[in-house]
Amino acid sequence: MATESKEVLYGLYDDEEILMDAVRKAKADHLEIMDVFTPFPVHGLDPILGLQESRLHIAGFVYGMIGTLTAFLFMTWVFTRDWPIIFGGKPYWSVPSFIPITFELTVLFSAIGMVVSFYTVCGLGPGVTNEVLDDRITDDKFCIAFQTNGSSSEDINGLRSFFSATGASEVNTKVIS
Amino acid sequence: MSAIVSPIRNPLVTGNKSYHDITEDLVSPTEKTPSGLWVFGLMISLGLLTFGVFCIAWTIWFGIGSWNLNRTVGWGWDITNFVWWIGIGHAGTLISAILLLFRQKWRTGVNRAAEAMTIFAVLCAALFPGIHVGRAWVVFYFFPYPNTRGPLWVNFNSPLLWDLFAISTYFTVSLLFWYTGLVPDFATVRDRAKGIRKRIYNFLSFGWTGSAKHWQRWESLSLVLAGLATPLVLSVHTIVSFDFATSVIPGWHTTIFPPYFVAGAIFSGFAMVLTLMLITRKVLHLQDYITMEHIESMNKVILLTGSIVGVAYLTELFVAWYSVYPYEQFAFFNRALGPYWWSYWGMMICNVITPQLFWFRSIRRSIFWTFFLSIIINIGMWFERFVIIATTLARDYLPSSWSYYSPTWVEIGIFLGTLGIFFTLFLIFTRVAPVVAVAEIKSILKTGGDQYIGPNAKPHHHHSHSHGHTTHAHSHDDGHGHDDHKGGNDAAHGIVGDVADVVVENDDLKKVEGIGPKIEGLLNDAGIRTFRQLANTDVETIKEILVAAGNRFANKVPDTWPRQAEMAADGKWDELQAWQDILDGGKE
Repeated sequence: MATESKEVLYGLYDDEEILMDAVRKAKADHLEIMDVFTPFPVHGLDPILGLQESRLHIAGFVYGMIGTLTAFLFMTWVFTRDWPIIFGGKPYWSVPSFIPITFELTVLFSAIGMVVSFYTVCGLGPGVTNEVLDDRITDDKFCIAFQTNGSSSEDINGLRSFFSATGASEVNTKVIS
Repeated sequence: MSAIVSPIRNPLVTGNKSYHDITEDLVSPTEKTPSGLWVFGLMISLGLLTFGVFCIAWTIWFGIGSWNLNRTVGWGWDITNFVWWIGIGHAGTLISAILLLFRQKWRTGVNRAAEAMTIFAVLCAALFPGIHVGRAWVVFYFFPYPNTRGPLWVNFNSPLLWDLFAISTYFTVSLLFWYTGLVPDFATVRDRAKGIRKRIYNFLSFGWTGSAKHWQRWESLSLVLAGLATPLVLSVHTIVSFDFATSVIPGWHTTIFPPYFVAGAIFSGFAMVLTLMLITRKVLHLQDYITMEHIESMNKVILLTGSIVGVAYLTELFVAWYSVYPYEQFAFFNRALGPYWWSYWGMMICNVITPQLFWFRSIRRSIFWTFFLSIIINIGMWFERFVIIATTLARDYLPSSWSYYSPTWVEIGIFLGTLGIFFTLFLIFTRVAPVVAVAEIKSILKTGGDQYIGPNAKPHHHHSHSHGHTTHAHSHDDGHGHDDHKGGNDAAHGIVGDVADVVVENDDLKKVEGIGPKIEGLLNDAGIRTFRQLANTDVETIKEILVAAGNRFANKVPDTWPRQAEMAADGKWDELQAWQDILDGGKE
């Protein structure tokens, strides 16, 4: 699917606290924010933006359980079915000595699974190039972006006055694919 | 809005940094041509690395016989070095994971470098099991894979196999954790770079944009990885200690080993972090980010873990006596007074006695002492592993088999080679990635910056004056009745140096064209904190302040500053803006 290009009107703010006030105002004014970009994780922004809590940790738990079962069932199968060997007079199915590897694989599966999921759901990864609205967003600017495809000039003027009313230091437009 | 921070906390970022300053300071080392010192360091490291590779090739070509291991002493420098490197590799994950869970903000200054160090140290460690088995080309036999011999599986009951799983997992998780932290910082580097550098960092940054949702997931991921890595880091050295503790060798067969090894690992890891960071901090001028607070905090961890290690040594001795088991008693007698007495006492002095110096605050806060003791601890922890391994093996159950072991040049060369690998990788790392986590430092600035907390903090009023636009200009006016009054008083006294008893909210004097952060600081120091105060100060007085601050400021022309400040104080932002458009750097 050829993604249609997005016309974006965005404002840059100098401080995360001004940004948060601006986001609050945007929500109060029922403006539809496309995205907010910040140079670092701003605590307290998610509830204002109305972002749902990430479910990544639930996925992490599931991956971990898969690791636990893989390790434990595999060792069980090897030592009770496939090739039973007596080590040091212990029973074939010597559960305590399976614990370390079971633990390690739980952690390993969970970590790899979560990291892969993270990059997949964010659409990030090696070779991915996302167009950035402004190079200073990863430096010291805090950005609110609105998509303006098909917006009337009144709407755009409304957004511009929103930016100037909330203390944006710069307002720009950009078309991104 | 800034989180509440206890006023007794000392700042973690000094130098009155803005977000942009942080980017500039931390990213610029990756953009400059390397210094001569760096090139010199790299040459030495590469020299060691080359010699190490030569010795490894020698070992593989001629076999393990080129080492001095014998029938009695089956593990020597190889496993000593292995455990030493693994131990060093523990500080990174401790700093990034456990301190993240404990919400210790000082970790942000050192976590990036410590994690890098972890990865490089684990690489060096992993080399030894790979070559000490002799036939390095069939080292894949370690892993359970469906082979044509049955398949015959590896022994899942063996601590050595647990160790393989622990270390592979540890390496993988540390690498993922480290890289995920690096992605936003690589994006920062990318957005400053041009040409081929931009292409490379674009690839490395995985297309990171800084979207709020991405940050939310990133934080969730970091937290869960930290939660996973915390038991992991404890498990790794526990399992390394099982390599010894599950055997029936007196001196190894002790239940104290897991906690004792973990404490020792953290102890040596922090020592190595300090050794590296004290140099890095100096060479890359990171004193504002890795402050005395960081160094002192790490020294406290060293003091704690060093004391645990000391108690463990003494407990071993006590238990040997208390067990009334002659072989155990002999093992410890032999360690302290046998042929390897020098390594035992080296270990005792380096690990038990010298870290106790950190009880003195002045030593914890001394760069020289910290560096010196960190080297001593690195040496001491190497001795510890040597004592446990070689000393114990050399005098086993059967006196006729007793022997003495000392390394050949090949074994020493491989150890030097791992030092070369480690420092080569670290030096390259300091050139390609920000050594201090840029985004994380920014996220603690408002709770850890010296302009917000600590003795030099300005009475800070967030965000109302930092931008000259309409809404905030109003609130600024509203809140200014009392300021005006006090400002007037101050001006009546001329320059009042001490305004501590007057509650004045600082204005952002940088709004006056010609005043930057430095000059703002000078004016603040002279008691000029609000626009009104500046408006009421005459030009001559401002000149005096500037001249007193040295040549850099003496040629500034403050003629328009009081008038600009007056407009700001009156809330005439549009008028000021219009005038500033005409002004040239604040001059008429």
